[in-house]
Amino acid sequence: MVKVVLKEVSKYFGKVRAVDNLNLEIKDGEFVALLGPSGCGKTTTLLMIAGIYKPTKGRIYFDNEDITDLPPKDRNIGMVFQSYALYPHMTVYNNIAFPLKLKKTPKHVIHEKVVKVARLLRIDNLLDRKPSQLSGGQQQRVALARALVKEPDVLLLDEPLSNLDAKLRIYMRAELKRLQKELKVTTIYVTHDQVEAMSMADRIAVMNQGKLQQYAEPNILYDKPANIFVAGFIGNPPMNFIEGSIMEVNGEYYFDSGVFKLKIHRSLGEMISSKTEEAILGFRPEHIKLVTTKAPNAIKGIVYVVEPLGRDMVVNIKVNDTIIKALASPEIQLTPGQQIYIILDERKIHFFNKSTGEAIV
Amino acid sequence: MRITRAVMKKIIPWLFLTPVIIFIILSWVAPVALTLYLGFTDLSIKNFLAFIRDFFTPEVHITLENFEKIFFGGDPYLPEVLKITIIYVVSVLAINAFYSLILSISIAYFLKHDYLSLFLRVSWLLPRITPGVIYALMWNWFIDPRYGMLNTLLSLAGIPKEMLPQSWLLDKPYSQILMIMVNGYIGASFGMIVYTAAIKSIPPDLINAALVDGANEFQVARHIIIPLLKWPIFFVVAWQTLSLLASYEQILLIWGAGGGGGYAGIARAAGVMVWALYSYSKAFSEYQYGYASAISVVLVVVGIALILIYFKLFGFSRLMAPSKVEV
Repeated sequence: MVKVVLKEVSKYFGKVRAVDNLNLEIKDGEFVALLGPSGCGKTTTLLMIAGIYKPTKGRIYFDNEDITDLPPKDRNIGMVFQSYALYPHMTVYNNIAFPLKLKKTPKHVIHEKVVKVARLLRIDNLLDRKPSQLSGGQQQRVALARALVKEPDVLLLDEPLSNLDAKLRIYMRAELKRLQKELKVTTIYVTHDQVEAMSMADRIAVMNQGKLQQYAEPNILYDKPANIFVAGFIGNPPMNFIEGSIMEVNGEYYFDSGVFKLKIHRSLGEMISSKTEEAILGFRPEHIKLVTTKAPNAIKGIVYVVEPLGRDMVVNIKVNDTIIKALASPEIQLTPGQQIYIILDERKIHFFNKSTGEAIV
Repeated sequence: MRITRAVMKKIIPWLFLTPVIIFIILSWVAPVALTLYLGFTDLSIKNFLAFIRDFFTPEVHITLENFEKIFFGGDPYLPEVLKITIIYVVSVLAINAFYSLILSISIAYFLKHDYLSLFLRVSWLLPRITPGVIYALMWNWFIDPRYGMLNTLLSLAGIPKEMLPQSWLLDKPYSQILMIMVNGYIGASFGMIVYTAAIKSIPPDLINAALVDGANEFQVARHIIIPLLKWPIFFVVAWQTLSLLASYEQILLIWGAGGGGGYAGIARAAGVMVWALYSYSKAFSEYQYGYASAISVVLVVVGIALILIYFKLFGFSRLMAPSKVEV
């Protein structure tokens, strides 16, 4: 088990900056997710940690050892690929045994270890099959077994769940998390699925266009997103954003979107206006209260579409030309076209600098 | 009578295929049948004129003599031809199927520089796109003991003069080595095209997975790339065996000139008389058409037997399928 440190790591492919000046520290035994949309550089980062790619700039350390120039075979890493990358010409047993055979482990030790890890992942009845005879879920377990059998210092997972069906994915999520806590292996998990990252990781590194956006615990990402990208990426349905400006009238501060004016607390208003005039208001669908009668400091809108989800429902509300999504309990009877009022909880709203996208509050 | 759609649907493919089928019958089936027939005759220069005037002339006799000669030691030179043919097919096949595999892996996998890899691949294709006669002529110049580059290069490489042949064309075993080099250099490009395409189509994840699992580059080649090339290797081996059995053009072009052996030239003296060339020389320099045909028939039978064995071993449908990497 090691601590992984990335220091000012960059990777360029020609003119494309796949990863740009990334600093990251993953603690010993920690489960970290690299989260971001496709093409954000998360897989490139993983392959640099694995040693498949060499960073254009920067260094990578395992504990205090600089491993930047070490080939993959000398890094003692286990990796699960999105495609699983099982060797099609080998049986499940030989797939799992392959890393040990390369280490010239004695045969009986190989056998013991393969059987042990196969039992752990409940694939011990599949050992003489070929990968083509396995289901997606089974292949995924074999890939995981192959990564774990060599008792790696670092476990790298590249979207391991994305090829599974929805039900199995949710099951494997918990399974992987349990396994990681049990083995206490430092784990780096690449995903574009924020739910996976939120539910499994100790910390999440959100990336976009090769740059690290924020690196924090899941609840901090959710409660205190560092910028508008993180705010919009974390949470489902995503955060609502409304552009506007801060104005002061007789010592009272308002957020003016042009359509509505929202009164905000004096200290909040002063803080925002000290930094920028143009701001973006952000609030999560789950932090909206909907009322049917007029209320003070409420935003008036019209019900546009209602999407029932069973446990709750997503209400799309049209405020002038903007659609605002709100989560509401399904007990409220709403019909499209109906007038409705949105009440925001001032403690749970966010303001972003319009020009930089940085969070102000 | 109205032709229904269903009938048309059955006829149309055959209609389109007809020209090709006629071509195959004329250029392949008919010669095989004719060769088979001639193999059982005593056709030679003596009754040849009568034969071309009248196919059924009584001067040409049906006989088993040719095959008796082949199988019961009637031709003392045949065992030598057989030996040379086996050396030729096996060695050139080794170059075409296995040496080209090593080359392909080096060029398409070990060599990470794309442009250099492309340049090397193209340069290996040069002999194949060079016209055969020019290719043979260039070899003739290259091996010339006095003016050619080969001996000069070899002595530069430190090989003592006594070990270099007086004549690459005539001194055995140098002539046989030359025969193998000339044909191997052309043939290797075929395997290379098939192999490099197959190597490039191996998913990079598989190779990355092996690297992460602890393999070095050679172990990746040995444990991942070569096993995945199983079908391309089978295909190249089968294809090259058959084409080598029947091939003699380069040998004829290089050894065919002069030497008093007629069309086969000095091939016999040089020890490069392969089976197909022997048949050719029997027919066109000694005018023993019947015997030459019988020799060819043996070659056709061996070829068909090998095809059947390969089909049995590798599976007909898999062999006929486009070159693939099993993933």
